[in-house]
Amino acid sequence: MSETVLKIHNVNKTFHGLKALNNVNLEIEKGKVHAIIGPNGAGKSTLLNVIIGLLESDTGEVLFNGENVLGKEPHEINQMGLARVFQTPEIFPELSLLENVMVPALAKHEGSFKFKFLRSLASEKSIKEDAISVLSSIGMSDKLHNLAGSMSRGDKRRLELAMCLVQHPKLLLLDEPTAGMARHDTNKTIDLLKKIKEGGMTKIIIEHDMHVVFSVADKISVLARGAIIATGTPEEIKGNPIVQEAYLGGSHE
Amino acid sequence: MLFEKKQNELTTMLIFSAIVLSMPIWLDPIGANYPDLLQKFAIFGIFAIGYNILFGLTGYLSFGHAIFIGVGSYTAVWSFKLLTMNVIPALALSVLLSGVVAVMVGYVSLRRSGIYFSILTLAFAQMFYNLAYSVLTPITNGETGLQLTTKDPRVIDRMFEAAGDGLPSTELFGISMSGYSGFYFCAVMLIVAFFLSLKVFNSPFGLKLKAIKSNQHRMKYTGYNTRPYLLSAFVISGMFAGLAGGLMAVTDPLAGAERMQWTASGEVVLMTILGGVGTLYGPLLGVAIIKYLENIFSSINEAVLYTLFDFLPVWLQDSMVVIVMPFVGEGWHLTLGLIFMTVVIFLPGGIIEGFQKMKDRFSKTNEQEKLKQGGE
Repeated sequence: MSETVLKIHNVNKTFHGLKALNNVNLEIEKGKVHAIIGPNGAGKSTLLNVIIGLLESDTGEVLFNGENVLGKEPHEINQMGLARVFQTPEIFPELSLLENVMVPALAKHEGSFKFKFLRSLASEKSIKEDAISVLSSIGMSDKLHNLAGSMSRGDKRRLELAMCLVQHPKLLLLDEPTAGMARHDTNKTIDLLKKIKEGGMTKIIIEHDMHVVFSVADKISVLARGAIIATGTPEEIKGNPIVQEAYLGGSHE
Repeated sequence: MLFEKKQNELTTMLIFSAIVLSMPIWLDPIGANYPDLLQKFAIFGIFAIGYNILFGLTGYLSFGHAIFIGVGSYTAVWSFKLLTMNVIPALALSVLLSGVVAVMVGYVSLRRSGIYFSILTLAFAQMFYNLAYSVLTPITNGETGLQLTTKDPRVIDRMFEAAGDGLPSTELFGISMSGYSGFYFCAVMLIVAFFLSLKVFNSPFGLKLKAIKSNQHRMKYTGYNTRPYLLSAFVISGMFAGLAGGLMAVTDPLAGAERMQWTASGEVVLMTILGGVGTLYGPLLGVAIIKYLENIFSSINEAVLYTLFDFLPVWLQDSMVVIVMPFVGEGWHLTLGLIFMTVVIFLPGGIIEGFQKMKDRFSKTNEQEKLKQGGE
């Protein structure tokens, strides 16, 4: 029996009468890559936003290693070991790549607030080394001092991934990590995701692109109209008639 | 830039100190070598350096920092009146009290960001300004301003010697703080302030402030509680302003509410942007330029203009004087406005950006030459 890292229990969310999440129950096992798929408007992003504290759910609880995260501040949830890659790259455009990765590394190291202005950044050697090794794992160690804002969209998203990885989170949430990318860029990201999969980090991936999902996921849950309609291995999901119905027949209603 | 070694910090400090302390020598040829103006450079330098820690690093634009100048000034004068003419207790109290006020103002204002933050600080500035003229008159002495009198108790001084006849002057353990000694004292304070600012810029704390400016949303989801960071930056900059306010009282022991007017807050915004916001040296450059030009332009009057255009035929001389007159003397702010617009339009990063661009161009041509030589 494997350990559950994240347990989503009876979560409901309504926007102006529209049910975005309908009694969602989900368990994420430790060390697994769990993909959540579903048609547009199924409530995938809403679910992620509830998990990281961006949105408050109406009912239910989200237990992360047994602790409820609902109602906590975003920085508290991150400090518990939960990191997120956003759909549009959220980086620090005016800072260098190295600085972009050092900031989250410092957060992991120093906590949510530390007033240490007499200590020089240059003396944080281990943090700098950490940041450089993560950057080299995504193939960016040769542009440490470039400004993050000047990179391509694909590179920005991979940088954001590196910013999460440097924190060694217990759970990593990826919101459409390849959205808006060209094919070769997508493949580059898939390779990267496969590479970090070996580290045994638990991940939740929300993704449209079935190619990506079936390349990296251990387990897939299908969300349709705010409810989980199926959960299983990639093979089970591929052959599931309810899933095909949701994807193909969803518009007949 | 980021990983400057300790040695570099030391070199920077040595060069900076040398430049500041030798100001009376190298400013002599451009006619800026007199203590009054030099003190202004140093005092407003401290103000701008501190302001830059808030505005330059976090991007939070405050229109209320003159409050802390005012608090610093009043505190220092009260210290001169009640305790001693020694400047050390006066400045210590100025910094402390302005820090306390900054915690209160910052705590409320930082509940909002962007334009709302600016408006809140502006509201505070107006509130303090009006309070100084109304409810707080027992402390501020209203429109007359707070001044020294011969009847002041000066408790600590009285323990050592009896009161003299005239008004005493501010001193540092016997050294009078007037003229050049006043300037050197301010200059040392400026060097200390610059050192602290350098430390902040090179610290993880400073990096996090820059990251907040760049993307506060990301900071929160990266595990940072951004509010205490912002409040720390606000209080540090408030204390720098308090020190500057205290020094104003040191060089001229009286305090008036006009120091708290929002235009005084606006001035430091101008200085910071003109020099280069968020850079280490930019704000100082902005201070030097604005204060120097103010000194020159505001002293020009009609008679000076007539002598200046003496070489022209009379009718042309008259019209030139009429054209130039609105830009000088009282109207020098018009000139300042024009300079400011020019810089913001052509060099949004301030004058420092101009230097950077020239340096880049220079090094680029150098590289090209090197490449050429390598190819041959």
